[in-house]
Amino acid sequence: MNRIKWDLSLLRLTGVDKVGVVVVRIIAALVFLICLLPGVSTAGYDYINISNPFLFKIPVAVPVFKAMTHTPAPNVQASTNGDTGPASLESAIARDAADLLAGTLVFTRYFEIIDRAAFIEEPAEKGITLEEVNCKNWRDIEAEFLITGGVSLRNDVMSLELRLIDVFKERMLIGKKYKGRASDQRTMVRRFCSEIMKRFTGGPGIFESRIAFVSTGTGHKEIYTCDFDGYNPQQLTHDNSINLSPAWSADGRWLAYTSYRKGHPDLYIKHLTENRGVVFSRDGVNISPAWKPDAFSLAATLSFSGDQEIYLLTGTGKILKQLTRSWGIDVSPTFAPDGERIAFVSNRSGSPQIYIQDIASGATQRLTFEGGYNTTPDWAPKKNRIAYCAMEAGEFNIKVIDIETKEIVGLTGGQGDNESPSWSPDGSLIAFSSTREGGVPKIFVMSAAGTDQKRLLNLPGKQTCPRWSPSVAAGE
Amino acid sequence: MGRQRFFVTFVMILTICGLVFTVSCTKPKVKSDTEELETVESTLPEDETATMEMAEEQTDEMVEEEAIRQEQQKARQMFENENIHFEFDRSSLTSKAQEILRRKATFLMNNPDVSVLIEGHCDERGTDEYNLALGDRRAKSAMDFLVDLGVEPSRLSTISYGEEQPLDPRSNEIAWARNRRAHFEIR
Repeated sequence: MNRIKWDLSLLRLTGVDKVGVVVVRIIAALVFLICLLPGVSTAGYDYINISNPFLFKIPVAVPVFKAMTHTPAPNVQASTNGDTGPASLESAIARDAADLLAGTLVFTRYFEIIDRAAFIEEPAEKGITLEEVNCKNWRDIEAEFLITGGVSLRNDVMSLELRLIDVFKERMLIGKKYKGRASDQRTMVRRFCSEIMKRFTGGPGIFESRIAFVSTGTGHKEIYTCDFDGYNPQQLTHDNSINLSPAWSADGRWLAYTSYRKGHPDLYIKHLTENRGVVFSRDGVNISPAWKPDAFSLAATLSFSGDQEIYLLTGTGKILKQLTRSWGIDVSPTFAPDGERIAFVSNRSGSPQIYIQDIASGATQRLTFEGGYNTTPDWAPKKNRIAYCAMEAGEFNIKVIDIETKEIVGLTGGQGDNESPSWSPDGSLIAFSSTREGGVPKIFVMSAAGTDQKRLLNLPGKQTCPRWSPSVAAGE
Repeated sequence: MGRQRFFVTFVMILTICGLVFTVSCTKPKVKSDTEELETVESTLPEDETATMEMAEEQTDEMVEEEAIRQEQQKARQMFENENIHFEFDRSSLTSKAQEILRRKATFLMNNPDVSVLIEGHCDERGTDEYNLALGDRRAKSAMDFLVDLGVEPSRLSTISYGEEQPLDPRSNEIAWARNRRAHFEIR
C-alpha cells in the first residue's frame, strides 16, 4: 500500500474545491433525493444521501485509458506481430484498468457506465486532459462525468494518472497521479474510486473493506474472506470441521468465529495477520460473536450456565458482563454504532424476535412484532435501522426496520430463501445469502434500498453467513 | 453377527458328521438310536471324543452368553438408534419423546457403567446461530428429563450441532421432521 506515491502537484486541483454547486443536473434529477448539508459540505458539493434509493444513477463515461509512452498507430495491432514488450503491456493495462475502474464504480450501485460503443471521441488517442477532451461530445451521449486515465510503464514502475471531469461544468473535479508496480493497479484504481466517493457521498466508500463468509467448497464449512467486490477469495480456516459466524473486530484486524475444531462449538478469536489469538471453550455453546464498535471486546452467546445468554467478553476471552438474563434462547447480538445498545434475537415471547437492550441500564424492548420468526439482526452503521431475516409462509427474506418509526421495508421476495444480511461499512450496500440460483446458497450484494441484487462470488459449494468488515480490513 | 454365523456353521458340521456316522452304521442292524450313537462314539479315538464333548459344552455356554450379549447389544442399539423428535422451533418434549426417554432411563439404570452424549439437532430452516442455540436446548431438555427420572447427571453430557449434521439432506417436511432430533451416543 505504501509503495504508491500520491503526486497531487502534477495535476491541477486548486480552485476545484472552491467552486459552488457543480452537479446541477444531478440535483435537478435527484432534487427530492439529495440531502442538502451546507454545514458539512466542505467540498462545495452536495453529498448524496446514501440511504436514499438508488433509482437515479450517475451516468459516467470511462473510456479506455491512454498508453502514455507508446501510442500505437491505428493500423498496427500490437498483438499480431507478437509484440509483448512494455508498449503492448501498457496498452493492456490501459484497457484492463479502465474496465476495472468502471466495474468498481458499478459495484457501488451509484453509477451507470455509458456503453463505449456510443462514444464520439477516444481520449486514448486524442488526449486525456480537460483541454484535450471535448465536453460537448460527452454531454451529447448523456454522460454527466467523464473519467480519463493515462498509463505509463517504465522499468516495472507504473504511473497511472486519473481525472474526473464534469462535462457540464467543463471542469476537472479530481486529478491524481499514482505510482507503483504494475501489480498495484487494482489498489490505484480503488484509491481513485475512493476519491470519487468522497466527492459524491462524503465518505471514502467501501474499497478497502472485505467480506468474510462460510463456504463448503472443500466439503467442510470453512471461513473465507474476499475483497468487497468478491475479488481474491482466501480460505482462512483449514480445520476439516465446522466453522461458523465470522465477525470482524472494529479495527478490521481480528476475526471471531465458532469452530468445532476440538469437537464442540467453541469461540475462536484470531488475529488476521499475526499468529495469535485465543479459544474460548466452556460447556455448552460458545457462539454468535459480534464485536463492539469502539473497543477490543465482543458479545457472544454462551450456555455454560445451562441457558443461552449473551455475555460481553474482552478480546482476550475474559467475561466482562452478562448482558441478557432471560430463560430461553438469546443469540445473535449486533451493536449500535455508538456501542451503547445491542439488538439480539430472543425466543422469550415464544418465537424468535428481535429485541434491543441498553447495555448500561439493561432495559430491553421488543422491536419486531410482525411474523413468527425474525432473526440475524445487523445494525446499520449510520442510521437507526436494523436489517434482519424474517420467515413468512415458509420463505426467508431480508427486511429492514426503522428503530424509531418501526416501519418495515422488505428488500427481497419471491427469489428463494434470503438470509444473513450484513451492511457495508458505509451503509450503502447489504450482503446476504440467497438460494435463488438452483437452491444452493450463494452470496449476493444489493443496495440498501434492495435494488441491484447481484451475486458476489462464483465458488464451488454453499456460501453462507457473509459479514462485511469495517471500512478498512486486514488481509490479502 | 459373526459369532452367530460361526455357531450355526459349527452346529451344521456336527449334524453332518452325525449323519455320516449314522448312515454308515444303520446298514447292518436295526437298533435303537441311542445304541447306534453309543457305537459310533466308541469307534472314535478317545482324545477326539473328549474334544467333541468339550466343544459341545462350550457351545452351550456360548449360546447362553450369545443370547445375553445379543440382548444387550440389541438394547444398546435400540438406545442409540432411537432418536427423539421435536416440533419446528421447539425444544419441549412431545409425549412420544417422553415415552422413548423413559425407556432410555430404564436402560441407563440397568447399565450403570454407560455414559451418554446427547446431541441436539435442528432442521435446515432458520439461521445457523439460532439453530445452534435451539439444538443446545433440545439436548439439554432431553438430559433434564433423564436426570428427573433418576439418571446421574455426571453420566450425561450434551452437544449441539444446530443444523450442521442433517440425517436426511433433502429439503422437505419429511426430512425436516427427521432432522429435528436428539440423538443418544453411548460413550
